[in-house]
Formats: sequence, structure tokens, C-alpha cells
Amino acid sequence: MNNPQLNKNGELQHLLSTEGLPARILRDILDKASEFVNVAEGREIRKVPLLHGKSVFNVFFENSTRTRTTFEIAAKKLSADVVNLNIGSSSTSKGETLLDTVDNLCAMHADMFVVRHSSSGAAHLIAAHVAPEIHVINAGDGRHAHPTQALLDMFTIRHYKKEFHNLRVAIVGDVLHSRVARSQIHALTTLGVPEVRVVAPKTLLPTHVEKLGVRVFHDMAQGLKDVDVVMMLRLQNERMQGALLPSAQEYFKYYGLTQERLALAKPDAIVLHPGPMNRGVEIDSSVADGAQSVILPQVTFGIAVRMAVMSTLAGSKQ
Amino acid sequence: MNIHIKNGRLIDPRNNIDAQQDVFIVDKRIAAIGAAPQGFAAERVIDASGLIVMPGLVDVAARLREPGYEYRATLESEMDAAMAGGVTSLSCPPDTDPPLDEPGLVEMLKHRARLLNQARVFPVGALTYGLKGAELTEMVELSEAGCKAFSQADTPLTDTRVLMRAMQYAATFDYRVWLRPQDAFLAKDGVAHDGEVATRLGLPAIPVIAETIALSTMLKLARETGVKLHVCRISSAEGVEMVRAAKSKGLAVTCDVSMNHVHLSEMDIGFFDANCHLMPPLRSQRDKAALRAGLLDGTIDAICSNHSPVDEDAKQLPFAEAEAGATGMELLLPLVLKWAEQDSVPLLDALACVSSNPAQLLGVKTGHLSVGAHADVCVFDANATWKVEPSVLKSQGKNTPFNGYTMQGRVRHTIVEGHIAYSI
Repeated sequence: MNNPQLNKNGELQHLLSTEGLPARILRDILDKASEFVNVAEGREIRKVPLLHGKSVFNVFFENSTRTRTTFEIAAKKLSADVVNLNIGSSSTSKGETLLDTVDNLCAMHADMFVVRHSSSGAAHLIAAHVAPEIHVINAGDGRHAHPTQALLDMFTIRHYKKEFHNLRVAIVGDVLHSRVARSQIHALTTLGVPEVRVVAPKTLLPTHVEKLGVRVFHDMAQGLKDVDVVMMLRLQNERMQGALLPSAQEYFKYYGLTQERLALAKPDAIVLHPGPMNRGVEIDSSVADGAQSVILPQVTFGIAVRMAVMSTLAGSKQ
Repeated sequence: MNIHIKNGRLIDPRNNIDAQQDVFIVDKRIAAIGAAPQGFAAERVIDASGLIVMPGLVDVAARLREPGYEYRATLESEMDAAMAGGVTSLSCPPDTDPPLDEPGLVEMLKHRARLLNQARVFPVGALTYGLKGAELTEMVELSEAGCKAFSQADTPLTDTRVLMRAMQYAATFDYRVWLRPQDAFLAKDGVAHDGEVATRLGLPAIPVIAETIALSTMLKLARETGVKLHVCRISSAEGVEMVRAAKSKGLAVTCDVSMNHVHLSEMDIGFFDANCHLMPPLRSQRDKAALRAGLLDGTIDAICSNHSPVDEDAKQLPFAEAEAGATGMELLLPLVLKWAEQDSVPLLDALACVSSNPAQLLGVKTGHLSVGAHADVCVFDANATWKVEPSVLKSQGKNTPFNGYTMQGRVRHTIVEGHIAYSI
């Protein structure tokens, strides 16, 4: 089976998932992002002309302010023309199919699509459908993947920890419904992290999660013991329905990240969260705002990483 | 018509024949096997040299989409597909719109099918009104209208008491009840097997226990009520084992599997191939192996196409949103041949799974070529290869996981009731 993300030269054609990508490509993106950060750290993120004359369409079938905004900023810093479309879930009820929408946008001469959709596989479907000169970036599809989030997490980890091969990383929370967790796991294992843990009650883990190459923990204290990185996941409110969890209070009591629990990790452990946070549900404010939190730098790095992804795609030959 | 099929290799599982034998058809019936009956004058001679002659295939699950879903397929298109696949008897599930819960609908369907003079259609009636699982249908009336069995199609019956009553009532009249085991709650919103692939792709999953819990209930109720139970589209290793155990204890239970599940597993979903969005879901490699073992030891009686034509637009969607189902009648024979070759199954046994066995569990008189039987015959070339492409398929449904595959085995002639309905 051909990898739909790579072109015949082995270059990145679409970014749909962190799964199945060679470590070389992930590292190149992180390296490229650090150049943009260097630019950024001069306080003034200079505009570069790498995507001048190109049109980037942010097509969000599922609403998101933050992710869409960071993609928009990234594209503008690369001098691209940006079009934002919040399509929501209502358009399909108006009769237009997903691919009809995409065809229409292609006819408006899009060069790159940034797509978010509530259904796993939507970005793959679009990538398989568009002309070969068009690139697709998955900005989150159902429970499947959110590769730019995972890459910015990798960037953050590398920024603080320098290396991947000596790390112990714990991913905590609702792995079952999380596209972020799946993409993080694949990115971490590809980049050589020797121990990736998931920590959650059994109702929030996929049945065969160990097949992804992770160690499974149901107990926070054991799961966090001696880790270098704690990656928290967002717990969505609707999970309180449907018999997955009894209450937010009980969840926080056993799986919330408090200072006391964080103390079980290595003293220099860092804490990540993809946002938006539910303070007092999955993370205590003192941790979120504490010295070990790198949650705000994540957001800044996110712009650089998305710039790196876009410029990588724009640079690949058809 | 008087037809002489000569020089072919006759395979008739019911009569345990696998030999070079000529077949003689007089009018609508098989008149003789081997030597011509006295005074026989052929109006048509089919030279079957190098070909295999078998009873027309019996497919226990072929959705014709009428009434109600004519945009997906019509009786005309799907009957053409049946003929191209050598299928001369088929039973269609009741999940039409409206469902087959009224005698008038069943009569109309049978009447329309008869006018086309192609495959014989044996509708499976709805077990409950509207398949809603609350009120029993008029089974006697439906049976008189032509229903051979009663089923819930893909809609699980959640109320166990209604299920027991339905079985009791069906057992009163010795009607067969066909059920696909799937617990409605455990399978809710699921689109793929709860295994490695669904975990990786983030697809809402259907665990094996959704099948086995429902199956356990069905088997217990069947024993309790004495109904003749047919288990439709078994998909898991554990499910096969439960049917095996029930059969060994003497329960009157039969079982079928879809050809897709004999050949494919969750791995074939690849990168969200919506053609592999099927119900039940494609399960693990281990399950696939167990299904094949179940066919070999007779736990599974029949292989069906589970023909479910879906319109193109309904498949051009993200995996979970795409409609489940695939076209299949034209692939049934080549896929059975492929299985037989892969697992070294004698053709006599393999072809029984699409002729005599399904005819028997359906309770119809077709599926064999005994003297005096209906002259429903399939003549095929076991060596001819062809590529599965939308343009080649007669079915209005063009979606199949086997798109692009090269198939070995091609139907040359399909004879229904003594007339040649298809020939290439």
C-alpha cells in the first residue's frame, strides 16, 4: 500500500498523520521550525516570502478558534493568502457533500488545504481526491490524528529536553477519543522515545492501545513515577455522559494533575497540554500556571511548527 | 427449451457427483444426466468442454433495494447482476423501505421478480412490524405470500421478551428465524472491529462480544422455544465456536458467512477504505482463519454475497459516515473458487456452500440437478480471469473491497427454469 502522505520522491506531499512517516521527515520539520523560532525570539516574527502567491484555505468542518488562528498566523507569516472557512456541520445537511465542497474550493485555486473534520479519515479522503499539486494538512480528524499538534509537542519536548532517546513520557487522560494522543504516540515512538505510557481509567482507553507501543497504567502515581514529560489530554464535558465516567470531581480526584502527583515525576519534568484546559478537571491551576508548565510556549512554538509544515509541503516536488 | 449441455464437468454437491457428465434439459426440468433420454431432440446444444456445470447458485443474502431504495439499485439491475454471477435463487432481507412486513409488499416483489424471469426471489419477511422489535408481523400471511423465513435484517431486536415471543410464534408454524447476532448497545455507533486497526485509525468500534452476547441469547432462546434458528453473517472466532458447540449438542441451528469475511480482515481497511465499511465489520486475521475452519468442518453451512449495493455518493464520505455495504453477487462464485483453491477444499464441498446447503436452510427445492429438478444451471469457466471494475459489474452498486482485483472463474451460461437467461 502506498503511503498517501509521501510523493514518489519520498517527500512530504500531505501531512495527514504522524504515523508511517520516517523520523527524518519529522526531524526536518522540527529543525525548520527552530529557524522560525529563532526569528521569532527576536520578538518580531519576520514575515518570510516562502509561500508568496499561494493560497491557503483553512477549511474547518468542526469549529476551532485556536488551531485555526495559529494556522492563519503561520500562513500569513509565510506571505500566503489565507482564506478561512468555517463550514460547521450544517453544510452537509444543506445537501453538499464534503467532496463537493472541496471541489468548489479547488476551483477557487487553493494551493493548500488545512482541514478539520469531526470524522476520522476525512483528511485522507480529501487528500486522495484533490489534484496532485494541492497539499492537505490535517488539522484534526475525528479521533484519528492531529499531526501538527503532535509535532509542536515534539518541538516543545526537544526544546526543553534536547534528546528523545533517553525520555520517559506519560500521556494522561482520554486517549480513547483523542486524536492528539494517537498522533503523539506515533511521533514519540518514531523519534525514539524508549518508554511511552498512557494513564487513564479503562473506559477512556482503546481496547488494543498496547498495540500502539505504549505501556498502560490505570494508576496516576505509578504512571507518573520518574517520567520526564507529562502530556495531559483535554477531557471533554460530554464524556461525563454515556457511562464513561461518574463525575468530573471523581475524575479529578484520581486522574487530575496536582502538584502532589507531579512531584512523583522527575524534578525537572515538564507538563504539556494541547488546550483548551479544563482547570480543576484534568489539571490543577497551580500546575497549569506552575514552573514546570510549558503550556504557553507550546502555543508559540505551534506557529513556528505550522510554518515549517507548510513550507515543507510547498517545497516538495509533485 | 430442450437443452443439451455436453462435455462439461458436472459438479452437483447434493447428489455427490463430480464427473464428466452431460446434462439434458427438457422444457423446465432436468430430464437426464449422462445419457440422453429417449427421443430427446436438442433445440440448443451448449458445448461445455473445459467448463464446469453446476446447479445455479443460491445466495441467502442479496439486497435488491426494492421497494424504496431504487436510487441504489433496481430489481432490473440486480437481476442482471444475479445472472452474471450464476445466481438463480436468492433470498433478500426485509430491510427495504417500507420493510417487508405486509403480504402485499412480498407479493408485489415476487410478482415483479417473476416478470423479469431471471433469478427466483425468496423474500425473508420482517419478524416484527417495521423491524421495530415491538409487534410481531402476520407471519402466516407473509408465509402464504411467499416468505421463506423471518428476520430483523441488520436491526437488532433489543427486547428479549419480544424475541422469545417471536421465536415461539414462528416455532408454532415451523417457520425459520434468521438473525444476525449483534448487541445493539455494544455496537452502537461502531463502524469497525474493535481491534488494532480501529485503535490506530480512531474509528468507533464494535467488539466481538457484541456478537457473542447476542448469539448466546439467541441460542438459548432457540433451545427454549424449539425454533429453527439460522445465524446470519457470523464474523468472529468465538461466534463460530459457539455455533459449533450448539450444533454438537443437537440444536437445530444453521449458519452463514459473507464471502467478504472469508477473504478480508480489518487490515484491508488500510487508510480508511470505505469499501471495507461492511456490516458486520471485517474482523481480525484470527477471526478470518476461524471462519474458514468453520466452513471446513461444516459449522458454517453457507457462503453468501451479502450483496448490498450502495450508491457512489454514500461511499465518498469519511469512513464512519460512509454507508456500510458492498455489491457482491457477481463475485460470489470466483471468491468461493478462490477460497477452495487457497484452502485446498474439493470443489464438490466448496460449491455445496453456494448451492445445496443454502437451498436446504432456505427450505427451497433448488440448488441441485437431480432428474426432475428445476433446470437452474450455472456453467462456468474455472480458469477464465477477469478484472473487477465498475464498468464490468452489472449491479448498480459499483463499490466492493475487491475493486481492481483479478478474479479467476467466470460464468458463461446461466439457465433458469430451462431458459438461457445469460450467456457470454
